[in-house]
Amino acid sequence: MSGSDRPKLSRRAWITTTSGAVAAGLVHTQADALRLVAEELPQQVADPTRVPGRFVSEIGSRAPAEQPRRLLRAQALSSSSRTPLADLMGVITPSDLHFERHHGGIPNIAFENHELLVHGMVDRPTVFRMSDLMRYPQVSRIRFLECSGNGGGVYSRTRMPTDVTVQQMDGLLSTSEWTGVPVSTILREVGVRPGASWILAEGGDSAVLARSVPLDKVMDDSILAYGQNGERLRPEQGYPLRLFNPGYEGNTSVKWLRRIEVTDQPTHTREETSKYTDPLGDGTVRQFSLTMDAKSVITFPSFPYALPEQGWWELRGLAWSGRGRITRVEVSTNGGRSWVDADLQGPILPKSTVRFRHLFDWRGEDTIIMSRATDETGYVQPTVQQLWEARGERTSYHQNHQRAWKIARTGEVTFGLGELV
Amino acid sequence: MTRRLRWLAPALVAAVVGCGGGDTARTTEAPPANAADFLYDGNEIPEHAPARFGFGSEASEARVALWDIDVRPDGVGLPPGQGSVSEGRDVYNIHCVACHGPTGTEGPNDRLVDSEQWDDVPTTRTVGNYWPYATTLYSYIRKAMPQLTPGILTEDQVYAVIAYILYMNEIVPEDAVMNAETLPAVVMPARDKFVMDDRTGGTGVVR
Ligand code: HEC
Repeated sequence: MSGSDRPKLSRRAWITTTSGAVAAGLVHTQADALRLVAEELPQQVADPTRVPGRFVSEIGSRAPAEQPRRLLRAQALSSSSRTPLADLMGVITPSDLHFERHHGGIPNIAFENHELLVHGMVDRPTVFRMSDLMRYPQVSRIRFLECSGNGGGVYSRTRMPTDVTVQQMDGLLSTSEWTGVPVSTILREVGVRPGASWILAEGGDSAVLARSVPLDKVMDDSILAYGQNGERLRPEQGYPLRLFNPGYEGNTSVKWLRRIEVTDQPTHTREETSKYTDPLGDGTVRQFSLTMDAKSVITFPSFPYALPEQGWWELRGLAWSGRGRITRVEVSTNGGRSWVDADLQGPILPKSTVRFRHLFDWRGEDTIIMSRATDETGYVQPTVQQLWEARGERTSYHQNHQRAWKIARTGEVTFGLGELV
Repeated sequence: MTRRLRWLAPALVAAVVGCGGGDTARTTEAPPANAADFLYDGNEIPEHAPARFGFGSEASEARVALWDIDVRPDGVGLPPGQGSVSEGRDVYNIHCVACHGPTGTEGPNDRLVDSEQWDDVPTTRTVGNYWPYATTLYSYIRKAMPQLTPGILTEDQVYAVIAYILYMNEIVPEDAVMNAETLPAVVMPARDKFVMDDRTGGTGVVR
């Protein structure tokens, strides 16, 4: 048999057949055979029960066919990437798919060299090294992080898209288990002086991004995070240290944190004046709109999916609130004419995304599916008309209104809010 | 018993009873409504923790001064030095024009100039018609601009380029000089439009 008409077996399959291996003079011992098998890249074979699998490895990777990706905006220093929400299950976002928003690129900071300066209205201005911070009592919390610019693409009455994916629309949302030291522990350590009411948090990136955060907030539940989903922070998430403000707009959770100044007033940085403010249409501009209101979105089915046939389908989605726990998610499968409670997947954690599901028998008709969340304060996710009414139509942050997907008779799913407004 | 063990206790007791044991529940306290959450609300420090741990090192005044580079609306944080509109024109044309355009309106990056004011809704959000405080320019430009070489401007150059940007926005006259006294005194046209967030949670509230 010549080389060219030899049956196309993978090398691994071939060497593990005694005749092939011995004939080739490649295999003298069992160890030789194993080494050759291990070196071989994994092949998809018709019958995996007939071919030994590959060995253990130091670091795992996704199945070759499973390659979810973030969606990038421009390749620029100030840019963002979005989480592929439709590809995810449960509530945790794999760390390498957590959305990004940077204003000066991702700095390369050495863990050993990083320092946090805490000063201002404190008794003992202090410099903490990472090794210092890691010695303090530690907490871990599952919390969402959402950019308040999320959803901006589905707010304009005149430009309501139909061909938008959930990733494009709401992909500036991710959920992780964050690990670190409570800010309150560190402020107790340095001694906050009477009269203090805000902090300024500042990053060590090339934008030296800074945000003012109320002292009450950071004392309540903010953490200095150095861990995410069981490992140290990813560089894109602020390695080695970020502020994490649960339930607040993402920009306040300053990454690459190098400085906290305790103050008696907000500093009015560029990101809390020029940006992240909301002109309300009545001549005023809302400032320090920090908390993320309750919101939900159906992630399945969603554009560009098409239901291949009638019958039972499970609607799946995420709900979250920056004010605490989600207590209820209702879904409508008839464009909002009637609503039923979706099932919520526990544990229902405060300021975390919650997975909701609803089993739905699609009879092949044109219809619109929607969801609306209620949080523990009783706040109900509003309609877009309610937001327009309350805030005008020219705000660009905090668009937490109800979303809708249209299912056509063909099974094709498109963004459906335009049909309702 | 720690708080965590307390809510686990009834479950343990039930398990023992199920095996024919005869123990009775020692706690009358019901587990929290959402037991899993209980594990996560732990902002408080352990009771036996010391009043201070003493980790970290004292920050010297020089160290604080080196990093404390933000500026408040009342001018706290502004360095000594000054710069005029005409000096600022030179700084701008060397360091800024490529990204912000000859008159601050052409881009390709953020528009810096629009002196057209607005009543109900802004059409643009620029220094001239949206920024509430001129002091914000100082910290922002000093830290973040020019974007590819942040931090290269001298303190005088930052004052100067601010004077020029404010001049282009028709907020200060052509002979203006910016320094630690004059910059916080600049009244920005949109200043009084800014109001604090009044959203709350709650039933029937959409703000
Ligand atoms: C290489 C391009 C580049 C250069 C050069 C540059 N900038 Fe910028 N500038 C940007 C970008 C990009 C942004 C927006 C950054 C962001 O949003 O994170 C920006 C934002 C700004 C803003 C904020 C605008 C707003 O309304 O929020 C100001 C003010 C500014 N630049 C001033 C300057 C000054 C002054 C110089 C010269 C000393 C300068 N820039 C040079 C790219 C540049």
